Amino acid sequence: MIWNETKECMSRDEMTNLQSARLRKLVDRVYHSVEYYRKKMQALGLEPGDIKGIEDLDKLPFTTKDDLRDTYPFGLFAVPNSQITRIHASSGTTGKATVVGYTRRDIETWSECVARCITMAGLGQNDIIQIAYGYGLFTGGLGAHYGAEKLGATVVPMSTGNTKKLINMMIDFGVTGIMCTPSYLLHIAETINEMGVRDKIKLKASINGAEPWTEKMRSQIENMLGIHAHDIYGLSEIMGPGVATDCQFHTGLHIHEDHFLPEIVDQKTLKPLRDGMTGELVISTLTKEGIPLIRYRTKDLTSITHKPCQCGRTTARIARFTGRTDDMLIIRGVNVFPSQIESALLEMGGTTPHYLLIVDRVNNLDTLEVRVEVEERFFSDEIRELENLTNKITEVIKQAIGLAVKVKLVEPKSIERSMGKSQHVIDNRKYN
Amino acid sequence: MFIKQLSVFIENRQGRLEEVTEALVQENVNILSLSMADTTEYGMLRMIVSNPETAKDALRDKGFSAMLTDVIAVKLQDKVGELHKMTHILCSQGLNIEYMYALASANRVAMIVKASDGEAAAKATMDGGLELYSYEDMCE
Repeated sequence: MIWNETKECMSRDEMTNLQSARLRKLVDRVYHSVEYYRKKMQALGLEPGDIKGIEDLDKLPFTTKDDLRDTYPFGLFAVPNSQITRIHASSGTTGKATVVGYTRRDIETWSECVARCITMAGLGQNDIIQIAYGYGLFTGGLGAHYGAEKLGATVVPMSTGNTKKLINMMIDFGVTGIMCTPSYLLHIAETINEMGVRDKIKLKASINGAEPWTEKMRSQIENMLGIHAHDIYGLSEIMGPGVATDCQFHTGLHIHEDHFLPEIVDQKTLKPLRDGMTGELVISTLTKEGIPLIRYRTKDLTSITHKPCQCGRTTARIARFTGRTDDMLIIRGVNVFPSQIESALLEMGGTTPHYLLIVDRVNNLDTLEVRVEVEERFFSDEIRELENLTNKITEVIKQAIGLAVKVKLVEPKSIERSMGKSQHVIDNRKYN
Repeated sequence: MFIKQLSVFIENRQGRLEEVTEALVQENVNILSLSMADTTEYGMLRMIVSNPETAKDALRDKGFSAMLTDVIAVKLQDKVGELHKMTHILCSQGLNIEYMYALASANRVAMIVKASDGEAAAKATMDGGLELYSYEDMCE
């Protein structure tokens, strides 16, 4: 099944024309309604009329997370607040959140894109779908929810947390589809096995995203649950989940090109790369009203192909991601930058103590351990004081990144220094 | 009135305590008493030693978090009721004991006490008829 054949199966020429027309409008819109963009374009001597079609895309300046931070909170919004119907936010690199706003039509577009993705996974209006992403400022929960409703499916807004309750409802309601992070689904699958209720599950397909995963994890999920598992990609700056998903042939993720114009650029030179070459994914939001972004650098590394797919869709496909160009970690679906933890530790007073982040996956759930060296100024002969210190560090980090972490006090100078600068992250999770 | 306790932070990993004792041997430091408080992640080694300053510097040089803390050493006789006498005095003054451990070295028998208020605890025990060891007593 294809949700929107007109858009998902158009010829390359038709798509290029549509993208060019939308790009012209987008550039015109941001030039006239977002001062930040106008100044950027003027600095390059660019006028909206200079962009005649997607062939002129590389004349336009890039947009980065820093731009969002510099204009916090609403500086890049292209419409008055009266037209914004929803705000989402994700963690920024230095404590300030990255804020995005959606108009009513943006929410419609988002729902449409997610509905396309769920259809790719073989689910439809007769299915019962559990949404087990967190609901709230994070785009995962509400994004998936609106898309599943748009599709006409029966939506069970589980959110995250109580796995056994989720499984019991899965059985009682006859749930056929689930949307959550892949690591959480593996955890659910293991719990199903422990409970011995595998034969009572009616699950057919899952749509998993918000964190990197591998083909091996996919086959593990598929074998454990006897379902088809699909990869969904998205980021809040662009929209949220639903930017791209893989169809039943699993040969890359179809990107909804009529809304999101993709480019792959060399991560050093920032020059556009040919199909098949790996580089940074850059996206222009062709139709977004609330916070349109031009050439937004996702920092995600992948390659692209424009060849039509066996499924009948002609939209470009991006390959499984191979990494990121920055040090962002994705832990339980939450974006975490080491610098956030560093600035939280700075709140402990004085200079930042030496620290080390150890990311692991235990029983398919991500864990983050923060090791902090006990320097003289923190040290006490009383265990109670040290425990207070541990609790205080745990609290400031939780405030900063929104995740519970395990804080471990270690001896001074026990964290290895390399080239005079500490290596701050050890990620023990295996992606390949 | 106070004596100096050497407090050392030790991670729960193999060989760390041995490195502490080795450093003390090298500096010819005698350990008169010690107590080890342990948590799941780390231990707190508290010691009364013959020359605390030297010991502290030696341990810091080896990268340990080490510090000196003022504690009192209450002289106790080896008979029933002696410890109770001390706890009763502290309790009646509304003083809490943060931690304590015994010292029995050469002819010295004492309870090493860190109280919520060190000054008040020292005064109360002496007023109550107990004796305190001095810093010099420990260095002999």
